[in-house]
Amino acid sequence: MSDIDRTAFIATLNRILPPHAALSSTEDLHPYECDALSIYRALPLAVCLPETIDQVREILRACHQAKVPVVARGAGTGLSGGALPLTDGVVLSLAKFMRVLEIDPLNRTARVQPGVRNLAISQAVAPYGLYYAPDPSSQIACTIGGNVAENSGGVHCLKYGLTVHNVLGLKVLTIDGELLEIGGGALDSSGYDLLALMTGSEGLLGLIVEVTVKLLPKPELAQVVLAAFDDVGKAGKAVGDIIAAGIIPAGLEMMDGLTLRAVEDFIHAGYPMNAAAILLCELDGVAEEVSEQIVRVSEILKQAGAIEIRASRDEQERVKLWAGRKAAFPAMGRISPDYYCMDGTIPRKHLPAVLQRIGELSAEYKLPVANVFHAGDGNLHPLILYDANTPGELQRTEEFGVKILELCLEKGGTITGEHGVGIEKLGQMCTQFSATELSQFHAVKHAFDPLALLNPGKAVPTLKRCAEFGAMHVHGGKIAFPELERF
Amino acid sequence: MATPLSNIAPHTADRDISTTLQSKILACIDSHTPLQIVGGNSKSFYGRAAQGEHLSVTEHCGIVSYEPTELVITARAGTRLSDIEKVLAERGQMLAFEPPHFSNTATLDTASQSTLGGAIATGLSGPSRPYLGSARDFVLGAKVLTGKGEILKFGGQVMKNVAGFDVARLMTGSLGTLGILLEISLKVLPRHEAEQTLIFERNTQDAILQINKWAGQALPLSGTIGDGQKLYVRLSGSAAAVREGVKKMGGDLLNDDATFWASMREQRAAFFQDDTPLWRFSLPAACAPLDLKGEWLIEWGGAQRWLKTSADSKDIREHAARMGGHATLFRGGDRQGEIFHPLSSALAALHQKLKTAFDPHGILNPGRMFVD
Repeated sequence: MSDIDRTAFIATLNRILPPHAALSSTEDLHPYECDALSIYRALPLAVCLPETIDQVREILRACHQAKVPVVARGAGTGLSGGALPLTDGVVLSLAKFMRVLEIDPLNRTARVQPGVRNLAISQAVAPYGLYYAPDPSSQIACTIGGNVAENSGGVHCLKYGLTVHNVLGLKVLTIDGELLEIGGGALDSSGYDLLALMTGSEGLLGLIVEVTVKLLPKPELAQVVLAAFDDVGKAGKAVGDIIAAGIIPAGLEMMDGLTLRAVEDFIHAGYPMNAAAILLCELDGVAEEVSEQIVRVSEILKQAGAIEIRASRDEQERVKLWAGRKAAFPAMGRISPDYYCMDGTIPRKHLPAVLQRIGELSAEYKLPVANVFHAGDGNLHPLILYDANTPGELQRTEEFGVKILELCLEKGGTITGEHGVGIEKLGQMCTQFSATELSQFHAVKHAFDPLALLNPGKAVPTLKRCAEFGAMHVHGGKIAFPELERF
Repeated sequence: MATPLSNIAPHTADRDISTTLQSKILACIDSHTPLQIVGGNSKSFYGRAAQGEHLSVTEHCGIVSYEPTELVITARAGTRLSDIEKVLAERGQMLAFEPPHFSNTATLDTASQSTLGGAIATGLSGPSRPYLGSARDFVLGAKVLTGKGEILKFGGQVMKNVAGFDVARLMTGSLGTLGILLEISLKVLPRHEAEQTLIFERNTQDAILQINKWAGQALPLSGTIGDGQKLYVRLSGSAAAVREGVKKMGGDLLNDDATFWASMREQRAAFFQDDTPLWRFSLPAACAPLDLKGEWLIEWGGAQRWLKTSADSKDIREHAARMGGHATLFRGGDRQGEIFHPLSSALAALHQKLKTAFDPHGILNPGRMFVD
C-alpha cells in the first residue's frame, strides 16, 4: 500500500470510529505487535477497537473495498500466533465487546459478546448453579470469541468436551459485512454444520460478534486424587489404565518432576517434591459416586505403581491442587528466561514411549523440557526451556519443537490439540495434510472469503509455502519466516 | 497401528473398495452423471427425494481399528451399525449418541441393514443427545471421497485436534452432498453401569418445565419423552448416581425400559405408526408448547418435538422460527418440496459455495438437502 493510500485508509477508519478507537501511531500499535507467542512480532497498519456490530461491519467493508487484510483479536492469549498482526493489515480487536447479553437459566444458555472472558461467563451464571465447562489455563484472561476461533480445550474436556461441544450459536460477520446467524438456542440448525466449521477456524472465515454458549449444572461434588510416581512412564501407563477401567474422570492431568518442583516453589500446592511425575485425577458427581470412584481410581493407581496417593479432603484443598496445575506455565517463567510451549496430541497408549523420546531429544538438543499436560486426552504440552539471549538457542528450540510435533504425527496423533496452527505450525500442516487436503481447506476459505482478507497466511499454509518449507527442511538451519522480526 | 480385524470383529466383513468408488466418481464427472449415494437404504425416506444413479457403498465395509483404551473406533462407511454396536458392547462400550437405525427389516434387537455411513451422513441422534452429545460431537475424523474424485482425510483418531478446518464434522449431517464418507473415526464411551426410567403424570407444558428444571441440576438424565399425559425420564450412570437421582425425583419405575427407549429411537412406537406427515421441531428446550394443531411428542427435554399434522408448512415454519428454532418435514408429505427449514439468503448462498467447493460438478446427491 502506498503512503497516500495508507493515509486515506486510516482517515476512513477514523471516520468510522471515534478517535480513541482507531490506533495508527507506532507507540499505540506496539501493545498489539504479538499474541502470547511473542517470538513472532509485527506492527500492523492500524488497530481498530470498535464497540458496536455496525462499526465492525463498516470496518470490514472498508477493508474489503481497499483489500486490506484483517486479523481479529480477543485477549491476545493465543499460543500459536493466530493474532499476529500483518504489516499491511488491520488488527480488529473485539476487546470492547464485554457484555453478557442474556442468561437463560431454564434453557441453560447464555448469549454473550465475543470479548467476554471465559471465566466471567461461569462467574455470571454461578448464581443459577450453572457454569461454562471448557476451561483453558488462560481462562481468567482469554475471551469466548478467541475460544471459539481456536476451539479451545482445557482441563475438563476429557468429560465435558471442547468449545465445539459447548457452543450453540454464533453471529458472524463475513468480510463483506453480511451478518450470518449460525445456530442459536436450539441444539441443531438447518443445513450444514457451520457451527463446527466456524469453531477452530482461527479467524479465517468470519468475525465472531456474538456467541451463545451451553451451560451445565455444577456437579454436586468434585474431588481430586493426587498420585505420585517414581517414573514418568509408570504415570503415563496409569492414565490408560484408568480409562480402560471404564472411568471417565472430569480431568486427568500429568506433571513431570521438573514442572512440579517449579510449581511447588511458586504456589506451594502441596505436591510431593521427590516424585518423577504426578497425576491429578478429578472425579465429580454425587457424593456416593465420587467416593466409590476414588476407591476404584486409587486401587488402579496403586496397581500402576504410585508411591503416594491422596484425595482432596475439601473444596479448598481441591482448588489448591488445581491452582498448581494452572500456574505451571508462569512457574516455568521463574526457572527459565524463556520457554516454548508445544501442543500435540497422541493416542494415550503411546504416552510412555513419547515421553521417553522427548527426554532423549532433550538431551540431544541440550535443552531441558518440562511436561505438564492433559494426559487423559493424550494432549501433550512439552515446555522447552531456553534463553533467547543465548545465540542459537531459539533456533535449536524451534528445531526441537518440530521434532516433537513430528513424533506426535508418527504416533498417529496431531500437531495441535488446542492451541491452533496460527503462524507457528504452518510447516507441520504440510506434513499432516496432503496438498489436495490443503487445497480443499483453501476452497472452504474461498467460499467465505474469496479475496483471502481474513487472517490470510495463518492456519492453512499455501502450497508454495509447503514447497519452501520442504526445501528449508532439507537444508536445515534456516530460520522460519525470515520476513518476521525476532526478539 | 490398526488392530487386525480378525482379533476384534470376526463377525464383520472387511473390504476396501475406495479405489473402485474413486474410479466411479471420476467416470461420473466425465459423463456428467449425478449419483445418489446408498448405504443400507434405511434412511432413504429422509431429506428431499433422491435422484441420480445408485452408488452403493455397503461393500466398503469393515472395522479398521478399535482400541477400547483409546475410546476410539474407526470403521468404513458401509459397516453395519449393528456390527459396530455389537463389537463395542463386547468391550463394555457404546455409541453414546444412540444413532437410530430406522431399518425396515429389523426388529428392535437384531441386526439391521443400517450403515455407519448413513448414520453419520444423516447426523441423526437418539434420546441421549441433549445429555451425552450428538453424532457430530463424537466424530473425530473422516476419510472422504469428494465430488472432485479426491480421497481426503480430515480430523484424526485423537480426542483433541484443531489442525485444519473441522471438515469431518461439517460432513456429519450433510446428506452426502459434500462427499462420500469412506471411513469414520468416532469417540466411544463406556456403557453405563446402571439405568432406570421414571414415569410421571404431566401434561406437555408441565413436562417441559419440569425436565428443564431437572436438567439444571446435577442429575444423570439420559433421555426424556413427554406424550402429553406421561413424562418418561431415563437416568443413566453409576449405580450411586442413578439411585440418588431416583430418590430425588420420585415417580414410578418403568419395567423393560430398554425396549421402550429403543421403540422411541427407532420410531416404532404407536405415535409414529401413521401416514400423516411427521414434522421434527428443533427448538430452545424450555420454550412453551407451540400453537399448532396435531399430535405432539416431546423429546430431548423439549429441544426436539415431533408433530403429526397436515397443517401448512409455511405456518409450521413461522412458528418454529418465532421460537428461535427450525422445522423439518421428517417423514411423509411432499418429498420434492422444501424438507429442511429454508435458509436466510446469506446462508443459502454460502451453502451453495460450500457445495461447489467440495462437489464442483454437482454429482453428489444433488438436491437431497436443498434445491440446488
